Amino acid sequence: MNKFSLNNLTVGEKGIVQNIATSSSHIRQRLLEMGLTKGTKVEIVRYAPMGDPIEIAIRGYRLSLRRLEAESVFVEKDPQ
Amino acid sequence: MFREKVELSTRYIAIIGNPNAGKTTLFNALTGLRQKVGNYPGVTVEKKEGKIIFSDGCSATLLDLPGTYSLTANSPDEKVATDVLLGRTNHTPPPNFVICVVDASNLERNLYLVSQIIDYHIPVVIALNMIDVAEKSGMTISSKKLGDELGVRVIATIASKKIGVDELKKIMQSNVTASLKARQWSLPKVVKEECDELQTMLQGTQHLSEADAFHEAIQLLTSPTALSEHLDRYAPELLEHVKKDHERLDILGIDRQSVFVESRYEWIKHVCEASREIKSQSFETTSDKIDKVLTHKIFGFVIFLALMAMMFQAIFSWANAPMEWIGEGFNELEKNVTALMPPGDIRDLTVNGALAGVGAVVTFLPQIFFLFLFLGLLEDTGYMARAAFIMDRLMSKVGLHGKSFIPMLSSFACAIPGIMATRTIENRKDRLVTMLVSPLVSCSARLPVYVLMIAAFIPQQKVLGIFSLPGLTLVSMYLLGLFAALIFAWIFKKTLLKSDAPVFIMELPPYKLPSLKTIIMHTWERSYLFLKRAGTFILGVSIVLWFLATYPKTERATPAEQLQQSFAGQAGRLIEPVIKPLGFNWKIGIGLIGSLLQREVFVSTMGTIYNIKDSDTQFSNLSLRQKMHDDIDPHTGVPTFTILTAICLMVYYVLAMQCMSTVAVMHRETNSWRWPIFQISYMTALAYGTTFVVYRIGLLLTA
Ligand SMILES: Nc1nc2c(ncn2[C@@H]2O[C@H](COP(=O)(O)OP(=O)(O)OP(=O)(O)O)[C@@H](O)[C@H]2O)c(=O)[nH]1
Ligand SMILES: [Mg+2]
Repeated sequence: MNKFSLNNLTVGEKGIVQNIATSSSHIRQRLLEMGLTKGTKVEIVRYAPMGDPIEIAIRGYRLSLRRLEAESVFVEKDPQ
Repeated sequence: MFREKVELSTRYIAIIGNPNAGKTTLFNALTGLRQKVGNYPGVTVEKKEGKIIFSDGCSATLLDLPGTYSLTANSPDEKVATDVLLGRTNHTPPPNFVICVVDASNLERNLYLVSQIIDYHIPVVIALNMIDVAEKSGMTISSKKLGDELGVRVIATIASKKIGVDELKKIMQSNVTASLKARQWSLPKVVKEECDELQTMLQGTQHLSEADAFHEAIQLLTSPTALSEHLDRYAPELLEHVKKDHERLDILGIDRQSVFVESRYEWIKHVCEASREIKSQSFETTSDKIDKVLTHKIFGFVIFLALMAMMFQAIFSWANAPMEWIGEGFNELEKNVTALMPPGDIRDLTVNGALAGVGAVVTFLPQIFFLFLFLGLLEDTGYMARAAFIMDRLMSKVGLHGKSFIPMLSSFACAIPGIMATRTIENRKDRLVTMLVSPLVSCSARLPVYVLMIAAFIPQQKVLGIFSLPGLTLVSMYLLGLFAALIFAWIFKKTLLKSDAPVFIMELPPYKLPSLKTIIMHTWERSYLFLKRAGTFILGVSIVLWFLATYPKTERATPAEQLQQSFAGQAGRLIEPVIKPLGFNWKIGIGLIGSLLQREVFVSTMGTIYNIKDSDTQFSNLSLRQKMHDDIDPHTGVPTFTILTAICLMVYYVLAMQCMSTVAVMHRETNSWRWPIFQISYMTALAYGTTFVVYRIGLLLTA
């Protein structure tokens, strides 16, 4: 089972959230509550013009977050 | 029957929900008020009250709240909402029941909050809003089935079209109860055991209600810091127990934080499956297509700049014609009043004091109108959130994030909503930095000053064939303010208010056709406020100024000399030594003193003093800008204004803090005098220093 950081997926790639590994429990709580829980499908929609932040599609809505935060979200690649 | 009626009339009903779910739109539809709505998260940052009157004549108080994603408040605006909901404030009683607005097109995440509300046993009805958007994206949601699953009443609504509002009203009149289906989500067995045990302990030792104890138990089990934070609140045995729980769950490899959130979302998934049907899922939405262009690597910025340029174009060129009509209208009025009234002080007061002062300000109504119209369009289409998305990287260079960009854009209208909008920023220090620099962004009150100066002194020339020099000057002033704001944000972030790079986690709502009616309404409201201020505050100041500029009367003096001898002239000359290094004389000094209250006063002051000064030369039909342009000191032969003075004056207005209302809001929001005083000091020093340098360089260049 290959785990990737969300930050390493390219535009259009999909993944399934495995875990969030950030030291800040505050950020972790927020990301979880926004729906990034284990088993959730995410897709990278686009990068901002200067490459950061990124926009992801999750649970039917769009969320933007910085690469720094995306780095701590680990996903398994969804082949389809 | 009677008792019931009394009860109903003292009812307190709160509207809660995720950001951008349509709470304020629904609030407006229910109360007939016109609170601000916009298509980005974080429009409402304060609680707003309104009255709702039912068909039988009963009424209740309705409360609109800022949006929140959960009851674990992360930012000041979310805290406002959760505090009211959980009855933690002294100012408002706990609501009798709440209307939870749920965005149907974003059901899962919205239900997270619903599940927390139900767990608190708070009586609730659900307004399943934006069903039109949900349907368009290929989903059908049965409100009946959703209601059965949640154990509460669910009403489908389209708040922006007032659909479902009457039905909602009917339910609000009846008895709203808490759901009996609280805590239907299931935790893993071990976690549940520990949670239940802890809850019982908390109920016993801390005398918490069952619901509070349950949430406190989750807090204690989840958070690694909860223990150290609450050392003084809990009995040592309890803390010891929690520590053991932590150890036990950690050994089992259970993620104590995510297990609670995941379990809720598991249940939500089941609720959605039971009540929602997804017919088709369009591969690429319209919003995506628009975003491909608007957030494109290159076009993104080009379009952003083009939009800004268009705004200034509108303000400068399109507003010019109506501005002249208003100016001519006032001139006619002054002429007629002059002809009608017998000569004397009363006539002078009316014409030179009241009419000239108010007229000078009111002529800028078209500019104000266009500015608000444009900002309204940006806000209601959903572009605001994209602007934050595009600008985040740039903002991160000064240590802030994209969310700080929204208050700055709002500050184009007025620093007060700008400062209020910082409530969406989680980190206290970042919020403070944004508040400190927001008033550097040019607000609508500076606009009349800029336009007056530019129209009078900047020659109509084309630059590079397409840009007009006056337009470019105006844009430069706005850019100067924006850059100063960014630079000072960076400085404050590095020195006074050091903190880590902030997190940026923001929802991007789909684009929407703006509701022209709402925008025009809002624009009109702001324009009306501007007019009202001109008719009250500016009128008062103009009348006072007329007295100060007319008395004491000197025998056999020309009006120009008379002005110089007057109280206002004396005051102007008193501060002249201080402002002389900036190239300003005593006449400008009078304007600067007036502007300490409010920036537009400069314009009305000029209107009044130039009318008084020229009152010997018959009635001149010259516009204010012409009079200012032609003004020459009779003794020295030096003109009061040159291009250089005009530029210096604008630079000073860009950077100086001349707004008492902003000071008051800073005081309220920071709950101290330290920060507003600091803000006045640094901005004044900055304005003075920069203007001085510009003036010196200008003198060298023109020598
Ligand atoms: N299509 C559609 N749009 C809606 C509906 N209800 C509200 N809107 C729009 O959705 C946007 C957000 O509405 P608001 O009322 O400002 O949302 P809010 O929940 O108060 O947002 P915050 O104050 O930021 O938490 C606005 O552009 C509304 O015009 C609806 O039922 N259908
Ligand atoms: Mg709102």
